[in-house]
Amino acid sequence: MRTDFVVREVATGLRRNVTMTVAMVLTTAISLVMVGTGLLAVKTIDATEAIYSDRLEIRVALTQDVSTADADCTQPICAGLRSTLENSPLVAGVTYENQQEAYQRFQELFAGQSVAELARPQSLPATLRVKLVDRDGSTEAAAAAVKQAMDNQVGVRTVIDQRDVVSKLFDFLGGVRNVTFALALVQAVAALLLISNTVQVSAYTRRTEVGVMRLVGATRWYTQLPFLVEAVITGVVGAVLAGAGLLVGKIAFIDSLLAGIAQNGVIPPVTLADVLTVSAYLVPIGAVIAGITGYVTLRLYVKV
Amino acid sequence: MIRLERVTKMYKTSTRPALDRVSVEVGKGEFVFLIGPSGSGKSTFLRLLLREDVPTRGKIWVTDLDVAKLPRRKVPRLRQRIGVVFQDFRLLPNKTVGENVAFALEVIGKSPSTIRKVVPEVLELVGLEGKAERMPHELSGGEQQRVAIARAFVNRPLVLLADEPTGNLDPDTSQDIMLLLERINRTGTTVVMATHDHSIVDSMRRRVVELDMGRVVRDEAHAVYGVGR
Repeated sequence: MRTDFVVREVATGLRRNVTMTVAMVLTTAISLVMVGTGLLAVKTIDATEAIYSDRLEIRVALTQDVSTADADCTQPICAGLRSTLENSPLVAGVTYENQQEAYQRFQELFAGQSVAELARPQSLPATLRVKLVDRDGSTEAAAAAVKQAMDNQVGVRTVIDQRDVVSKLFDFLGGVRNVTFALALVQAVAALLLISNTVQVSAYTRRTEVGVMRLVGATRWYTQLPFLVEAVITGVVGAVLAGAGLLVGKIAFIDSLLAGIAQNGVIPPVTLADVLTVSAYLVPIGAVIAGITGYVTLRLYVKV
Repeated sequence: MIRLERVTKMYKTSTRPALDRVSVEVGKGEFVFLIGPSGSGKSTFLRLLLREDVPTRGKIWVTDLDVAKLPRRKVPRLRQRIGVVFQDFRLLPNKTVGENVAFALEVIGKSPSTIRKVVPEVLELVGLEGKAERMPHELSGGEQQRVAIARAFVNRPLVLLADEPTGNLDPDTSQDIMLLLERINRTGTTVVMATHDHSIVDSMRRRVVELDMGRVVRDEAHAVYGVGR
């Protein structure tokens, strides 16, 4: 295989269809930006879940009478519930928060607001705060079991799973991810068709060359490789542009948009390393997809 | 060198076979005219030799290759042994004369040093020395056909197929092209030329294979185009 020959043919091909090539690069870039955004969303969701799965607890709120009567969980009802929880293999630890402590936390949480002044220690329930055992990266099974065990027990008012609260956030992030992947898919179809079309046009504009090549006995590699290399180059350039786009997107939008919540540790920040890693994945993805599309097109539509 | 055994070619769009039980044998170094009216099967004959198409029935041998049964990946091997020239030259308009000829060698992976050596040689053989840097559109029709012949011959094929090579040329230029083909034939290359040109066939007195409605109706050594045709 003569490399200089392939390089020359590829250069000619890309130059000859320059508008088509630009369209192909841009479409590929946009669809890869979508894929990249989707991948970053997935990563953020995973990281967020990891943050919360450590912190999230089950709170077993006790009834009014038990709460008021028991300041340190030594009386039979509370102690019974506590030992049931502590003996469960799904539970990592249990702490007791009495009415006074609950009141203090409430004051901190709503400092400066009128609810803080209205609240009295007696109106807040004492709670057993249950840390769960992490099984296969999830506390879901443990949460369900604890909830079932505590519901309707004597002395229990309600069982609150904190994960129910944050699940709304996860739903939102999951939605972002799904939408970007759906858009990426549509855009990818457009990119594929455009690559296929460009390969066909490219082969058509060079039909005389290809005809001569076939007649003088050039192998399939010689006739097809320039077209494939063209497609792959487009894919790679598209991917590099997509990486640059993600970087710009991070600096221009994401950083300012998420600055507050990321600093508070509500969700993990999207780091530069994350963006670079995802961008690095996009390059082979772009190259392989463009290459396969080009190959299939040549096999199906172009007699070379 | 070339052997066809009862070759029949049916096209889906036609009820009459394009070639009908054609058996022809061409020896090494022979010069054969393939004549007949349009639609008689001359082009199909050449296409089958090049494996542009496969016969419906029958066997075709070119050198030691069983053309009809040749697997796809070995088709280039067949075509490297055959040079082809057409009525419309089929030169690459954006390449110089030298590049056009070199292209045929580049795409079969010949080294740059070989190419630098053999391209001037073959241009001299066809009478185009000193014109390697010209563009095809700067040349006359006869010169363009010489470039095409140089390209077909540069890899020293065993067989040269010519499909109406003088069809676009005036009589004098045609004579020059025939002299060139004769010279190539004298190097031992088998030449099969499809043509309508009476005067060329008559003046050359070579073997004539005549096709009509896909059948061989005449196969005669040292022949003329034919009386009353």
